[in-house]
Amino acid sequence: MIEKTVSELARALSTGSVSSVELTQAFIDRITSIDTQQNSYITVDEETALRQARQADDARSRGTDTLLLGIPIAHKDLFCTQGTKTTCGSKMLKDFVSPYDATVVARLKDSGAVTLGKTNCDEFAMGSSTENSFFGPTRNPWGQNRVPGGSSGGSASAVAAGLCAMATGTDTGGSIRQPASFCGVTGLKPTYGRVSRWGMIAYASSLDVGGPLAKTAHDAAIMLNAIAGHDPKDSTSVSISTEDYTQSLDAPLTNLRIGLPRQYFSKDLDPRVATIIQETARDLEKLGATLVDIDLQKSTLSLPAYYVIAPAEASTNLSRYDGVRYGYRCDDPLDLEDMYTRSRTEGFGNEVKRRIMIGTYALCAGYYDAYYKKAQKIRRLVKQDFDNAFQNVDVILSPTSPFTAFELGAKKDPVSMYLEDVYTLGVNLAGIPGISVPAGFIDGLPIGAQLIAPDFKEGLLLNIAHQYQQNSDWHKQKPSISKGVK
Amino acid sequence: MAWETVIGLEVHVQLSTKSKLFSGSDIKFGAEPNTQANIFDLALPGTLPVFNESVLKMAVKFGLAINAKINKKSVFDRKNYFYPDLPKGYQVSQLDHPTVGPGSLKIKLDNGAEKKININRAHIEEDAGKSLHEDYQGMSGIDLNRAGTPLLEIVSEPDLRSAEEAVLFLKKLHSVIRYLDISDAIMAEGSMRCDANISVRKVGEIELGTRTEIKNINSFRFVERAINHEVRRQIELIEDGADIAQETRLYDSELDETRPMRSKEIANDYRYFPEPDLLPIIIDDTYIDAVRDELPELPEEKKQRFISQLKLNEYDAGVLVTNREIADFFEEIAIATQDSKAAANWVSQDMMALLNKNNCTILETPISAERLSSLIMRIKDGTISGKIAKRVFEFMVSDSSSVDSIIKEKGLEQVSDTNVIDQLVDDVIAKNQSQVEQYRAGKEQVIGFLVGQCMQQSKGKANPSQVNALLREKMR
Repeated sequence: MIEKTVSELARALSTGSVSSVELTQAFIDRITSIDTQQNSYITVDEETALRQARQADDARSRGTDTLLLGIPIAHKDLFCTQGTKTTCGSKMLKDFVSPYDATVVARLKDSGAVTLGKTNCDEFAMGSSTENSFFGPTRNPWGQNRVPGGSSGGSASAVAAGLCAMATGTDTGGSIRQPASFCGVTGLKPTYGRVSRWGMIAYASSLDVGGPLAKTAHDAAIMLNAIAGHDPKDSTSVSISTEDYTQSLDAPLTNLRIGLPRQYFSKDLDPRVATIIQETARDLEKLGATLVDIDLQKSTLSLPAYYVIAPAEASTNLSRYDGVRYGYRCDDPLDLEDMYTRSRTEGFGNEVKRRIMIGTYALCAGYYDAYYKKAQKIRRLVKQDFDNAFQNVDVILSPTSPFTAFELGAKKDPVSMYLEDVYTLGVNLAGIPGISVPAGFIDGLPIGAQLIAPDFKEGLLLNIAHQYQQNSDWHKQKPSISKGVK
Repeated sequence: MAWETVIGLEVHVQLSTKSKLFSGSDIKFGAEPNTQANIFDLALPGTLPVFNESVLKMAVKFGLAINAKINKKSVFDRKNYFYPDLPKGYQVSQLDHPTVGPGSLKIKLDNGAEKKININRAHIEEDAGKSLHEDYQGMSGIDLNRAGTPLLEIVSEPDLRSAEEAVLFLKKLHSVIRYLDISDAIMAEGSMRCDANISVRKVGEIELGTRTEIKNINSFRFVERAINHEVRRQIELIEDGADIAQETRLYDSELDETRPMRSKEIANDYRYFPEPDLLPIIIDDTYIDAVRDELPELPEEKKQRFISQLKLNEYDAGVLVTNREIADFFEEIAIATQDSKAAANWVSQDMMALLNKNNCTILETPISAERLSSLIMRIKDGTISGKIAKRVFEFMVSDSSSVDSIIKEKGLEQVSDTNVIDQLVDDVIAKNQSQVEQYRAGKEQVIGFLVGQCMQQSKGKANPSQVNALLREKMR
């Protein structure tokens, strides 16, 4: 049962062939049996999950029958959940319990979804492997010595291993799409502002967006329906109306123009990855799409611009963790200065401290123009580059990541880790939506294809991904860890 | 050697909105610590700011009142520094794109000349909380009630040349703000706060001297004293051959001195950058015009109207319009009595003296405009004399009954009964024969003494013009 998609589970719950309590218990059992090893979850809140499941069953017995009613899901531990710990994968917040729900959490709760727990992530979403978590690394269900990607590695691996029906993630530079690629699941990064950031703990405010990690594009559409839309509590959320994202899934791909950026398929790209994405392109061509070679001249500038803007925002977003009101405080501070210094030195991990330092440097009076201001200019150029491309094509196809999941501890140099996100960062800088769909395997490890669309064309991305999944079975492959499970 | 003082003021005004700048918390003065701080004010993870639009309207109102350029686009920035009463670790302010651009205010100098003081800008920002250092045995308490209160920071150009000018400017600013009703602007409560940038230079020099910034000045009187003290300190230093350090100093009103703030209290680099959690504020002419239509009559316009319409002299008009409530109080009486001169005299002299004596505002006195109007009417209709009226006024402060019943109860009605006055005049003539002789001999001014005698004998109640006429008649 836990292998089923959300739409299949919804049918099973609707017909009464399973109850939410049974389903929730099955997921909890599965978590108990394998997650000590895999470490997808930081917190499993069995009691709350079962209570919510009972409530869902009660509601159903009274006639409620919505798609997400009673479906067990998980939240990346960056989303505030009232009454359950929200840690951001950090020692700084290891015991923090939020007094309120994030809008994403509240909307999924209102839709009837059951929350199993909170998934592991790189500390404050800073990382591409989930190794930067105070709670230890998460393992990739496709290879126990492999990383699940990051920063939403806990969510992606949990979906892949059947530890939840689907999960939320956040994407600042690729943090939904890259782990989706590494774990063989579908991950959607919506347009900036499409999903409320209220209660989604900030890494880089102008780039962060929440979105679904799911088994299929159809499931992702179901979650997006629940979480998308304007929120008066987030001034950057847009008031443009949403659509029913499941409605357009079946549209044919005829007349669709897909752009393949020459710069994304350079000689440096692993030929095995290139081959897989080119096969994906041909599969989509067979479904009626037209392939067009395009240029994204400015794409190489995305990485340096991102690593100025994101740390700059992060450096001040994380100033509130000062040991004064909540979170970690050092023992026996001598004075205020000592309390600040030691609480933050002891409470934050190395990557977070590295980015705070980079960001603080970039915002300093003497360097602001050279770094932050210039990075903002590049950001506009990158956006323009995409706008120009979308004059001629409807969507862009590229690899999600240049690699498959690497081994734990393999990337010791931070810059080599930063290069992980070379195909995904530009999408965040431009604020446009992107999706990663399973597109093949290399040496038994999944690899995803990324589709990118103009602002608010999530419906189109899900439509293409769904059509592709109707005609491929990469997304149906199960990791060995899942084999033998009922 | 002659020295010139150069002063620029930075004035923080707490805007009197119902709720905070970016959160729905109340901002009532004097609430129990931390009872007006919600999850955003505490900077809990994941919380986001939502701009309170009534703040924008107040800022634009102020801008229009000082004839400033209103910026169609204003942008919030983060000003980063660590302090326990700054929960987010940054203050949201406006650096490069303030809502209000350059404008000006005119002040009236003691010699009667007008001086234009340029205002560089006025921007919207958040107030910080308060650190409480008493009663915590070596620790500090934090009260976040004030954190996030909307402030308008008004920055003047260095156009002020003395402590007196600075105070005049500050009072004018206070008056405009009160007229606009955008802030209580009570310095003692901190809803209006003033920092002064001060330097001195030799008269005739063009280049500015090194300035110091004096913080924490919380009354008009202290503004004057702090500036004068700092100017003396700077001149003494320079005359002794020392340099002025560019630094921030605190004014200590108890010791009447300024002293440098500890360097730890001042951040060196605020690392300003645009606040990514908020969109820029974009407004158009329609918005600005709508706010303009709501502007009340401002002190300067009111003064001109009082002069032209109510025939006040420039001085009286100037005194009466300083405070909006007093101006309204005066105008109500002027209309009710149809005697603006009497109204002006009573309000600017007797009422003002009363306010000073009781240290209260015009709305807090027991004497309403209505009661003062009826007092003036009783003078005009001859019920009491102007002199008796002063006594009635005294009674009115402690006695809330009507003017008429006070007059009646205290037996203060003017005596106009011809028989009574006739008797009185005969009596005084009989008792003061030598003065009567003098009068008859042509010493006209003696009449004043005789009238005075009549008034004294009648305990002030006799109608003085009747007495005067009858005396003259009887001594002819």
